[in-house]
Amino acid sequence: MESEPILEMDNITKQFPGVTALQNVSLTIKKGEIHALVGENGAGKSTLMNILGGIYPYGSYSGRIVFENIERRFRDVRDSEKVGISIIHQELALSPYLSIGENIFLGNERARNQIINWDRTYKEAKALLNLVGLNENPRVIVKDIGVGKQQLVEIAKALSRQVKLLVLDEPTASLNEGDSEHLLQLLLDLKKHGITSILISHKLNEIVEVADSITVLRDGKVIETFEKGIDKIDEDRIIKGMVGRELVDRFPKRTPKIGSVALEVRDWNVYDPTNLERQIIKNVNLKVRRGEIVGIAGLMGAGRTELAMSVFGKSYGAKVKGTLIKDGKEIHINNARQAIQHGLAYATEDRKNAGLNLIGDLKENISIAGLDKISRRLVINNDKEINLAESYRQRLNIRSLNVFQKVGDLSGGNQQKVVLSKWIFAEPDVLFLDEPTRGIDVGAKFEIYTIINQLANEGKAIVFISSELPEILGISDRIYVMNDGRIVGEFQGSDATQEKIMKCIMESAGRVNHG
Amino acid sequence: MDNSLVYVLRKNVRQYAMLIALIVITIFFQIVTNGILLVPMNVTNLILQNAYVFILAIGMTITILTGGNIDLSVGSIVAFIGAICGSLIITMNFSVGVALVCALVLGILIGAWQGFWIAYVRIPAFIVTLAGMLVFRGLTVFMLKGLTINPFPESFQFISSGFLPDIPMGWLGNLHSSAIILGAVCVIFYVISQLKHHASQKRDGFNTISGTVLIVQIVLVSAFIMLFSVWLARYKGIPFIFLIIGVLVLLYAFFTTRTVPGRFIYAMGGNEKAAKLSGINTNQMLFLAYVNMGFLAAIAGIAYTARLNAASPQSGLNFELDAIAACFIGGASAYGGIGTVVGSIIGALVMGVLNNGMSILGIGSDVQQIVKGLVLLFAVAFDVLSKKKSG
Repeated sequence: MESEPILEMDNITKQFPGVTALQNVSLTIKKGEIHALVGENGAGKSTLMNILGGIYPYGSYSGRIVFENIERRFRDVRDSEKVGISIIHQELALSPYLSIGENIFLGNERARNQIINWDRTYKEAKALLNLVGLNENPRVIVKDIGVGKQQLVEIAKALSRQVKLLVLDEPTASLNEGDSEHLLQLLLDLKKHGITSILISHKLNEIVEVADSITVLRDGKVIETFEKGIDKIDEDRIIKGMVGRELVDRFPKRTPKIGSVALEVRDWNVYDPTNLERQIIKNVNLKVRRGEIVGIAGLMGAGRTELAMSVFGKSYGAKVKGTLIKDGKEIHINNARQAIQHGLAYATEDRKNAGLNLIGDLKENISIAGLDKISRRLVINNDKEINLAESYRQRLNIRSLNVFQKVGDLSGGNQQKVVLSKWIFAEPDVLFLDEPTRGIDVGAKFEIYTIINQLANEGKAIVFISSELPEILGISDRIYVMNDGRIVGEFQGSDATQEKIMKCIMESAGRVNHG
Repeated sequence: MDNSLVYVLRKNVRQYAMLIALIVITIFFQIVTNGILLVPMNVTNLILQNAYVFILAIGMTITILTGGNIDLSVGSIVAFIGAICGSLIITMNFSVGVALVCALVLGILIGAWQGFWIAYVRIPAFIVTLAGMLVFRGLTVFMLKGLTINPFPESFQFISSGFLPDIPMGWLGNLHSSAIILGAVCVIFYVISQLKHHASQKRDGFNTISGTVLIVQIVLVSAFIMLFSVWLARYKGIPFIFLIIGVLVLLYAFFTTRTVPGRFIYAMGGNEKAAKLSGINTNQMLFLAYVNMGFLAAIAGIAYTARLNAASPQSGLNFELDAIAACFIGGASAYGGIGTVVGSIIGALVMGVLNNGMSILGIGSDVQQIVKGLVLLFAVAFDVLSKKKSG
């Protein structure tokens, strides 16, 4: 069947301050197909879809969007929804305390003169639920149904708006196998009804199963598009396309001096505190030695942050079970304070919300995890504190006027250095660094790598979590690969390649899905 | 480092702005009341009248610092503590000492009760203390059977109406020697601590303020302390309650700015998640903030009851609002993490001078409330707007 395109995105370029997120991206979606979009974190998939959905309005990007043969200039989400484009984001946009029916018709109420007709609302909602195969009473409150069902409610909501093009951003990332199967089946059913879909996914097996075409994005560019029946769908080629970035010399050199095991995590299991049924970390075992930098690679949602935080004094999770062995002795820690006392540190990925007191100044932020070192009988020695903060400011090259400046006024890279200063000052033996270079420029990244290398050379054990594979490869002595709460691979730094790691993730995703 | 002083100044700009506002308001009323505002008797009265606000504002500053948590129950606690003192001393003939110990312990228990719900069950402070406001008011009326009981023995009244005893010193004439001696002692301590601090900073290699600036500062502050002492000496000397307030202010100012738990409070108010991940037991800090508030509310309750010389079911009405307003006028942030004890005291003084000045002019309490409300609004608006400009 030779079908005409429903959507053409032509030469889309989108720039953010300092970065080009998309560069001359052209994408053609044919009417009635399921088109998969794959790429690493930060490849530009979400940016592209946000442009399509009007979240980045016309004028903030260059290029043309043609939908149903008419050039479209969406100014906001409503504009794109009006013509029949619905995007279902990873974080669902449902109002948790409203009923399923109310959510389906939110902003599009079955009403006359602003007065809602509840009978009609729930009758039509029920019909839509039947269409997506969800057997629930539409009067049930959304927060009381699982994520999989919420996903279906979102789709029902899109159907209520006469959707023509449905975009799903990693719809199965948080679903179990049964729900995933159901969702993919639903996409195939909708296809029969003439609804076109764009599916963003990391799970190659799913994509191969349902997609008619596959487009690979990398670093804001389209690498390749495969079509079922015409091209041979080659998983290796897709993976290579996703990660085939050139590794330039962006990492400072270092000769590792690796010592004894500093921390060993055995049989580590953690559950979601908001949903005790859902296991987030599944039987993880890992160890890190003094002087060693151990990378943990994985896609977003693999459980890396949850692993690190749960080890750091059960700062995340419920029903945390497992054994921690520090320098050969078993330790029991129940909160962050005890973790710090046992020589652990965790520098968060979310420095603004969980890492820094943005209204506090540099010195307060640097000293907060180690105040006992500059105080006597609970009285802080102010002069010592200032001197100490000043020494870190110079050592880590934090660009600020002085140590009295508010941390909220610093740039991202400098804020990150304050976070590092804080944890270095706490004098830990084992440092968990969670995405320490996220959102900072290349120069600052290099400085941070240098600091991390210094720390390792001082004999500290470093656990380095990052979503950027080149970075993990560039800095780690050893690499664990995580996916879906498990360690699914382990490599020596010298053996690892991006392809191997990505393949490891993709194949494990397949394994998990097929049982 | 040269800019450090400028930064400290800028950081506390809000406090200085309010101090300047306080001075302006004081001068204004001094002029329009034909100098009555600052006669020694009125200055003494101003302190006695507002003693409870100062004490409550200290505790409220700390709860607000933990994350914008207010305590609506303090007015009712003041009344309840009054009722306890009245029942113990007047009805049951207990000694004043026993009654005071009971009142303070009870204050701590009330604080622990509310702190438990707020910190460990995580019910919003607003709700818990609103409930406390009703409960403790109700308990007060219940205990007093709706009646006012009085009078208290003189030893109890002394807390709020007594003055420090004088050592006879003929050469002082009519001046009360207690005030002069205390003023002199304060000046000596102040000068020594400043010199010590300066020396230690020099030793640690700081480019601190120059010697001349230091001397000018010492002379100015010392002169102010002595002037104030002489002023009080011209009436009846140092009110006993003033001594208590002074000690509390110094203690809590030191606690919040110089100690580890004080720093924890600022850190958790600035970002609770980050504080937790830095090893701070934020639940415990929040709990203790309310225990402390209960303790200070008990002191305020004793002081107010002693001043009134009666335990009344209606005492302490709206005290919580005075204390909260003092903190916000004094520069505390409604979200926590910003504010100082001294700032809140300045805030309380601004309201006290406004009240007192307008009362002297014969302006009714209706207008007084309107003015106080607008001052609160504009002080915080100034805060918000100046932050927008700079940030």
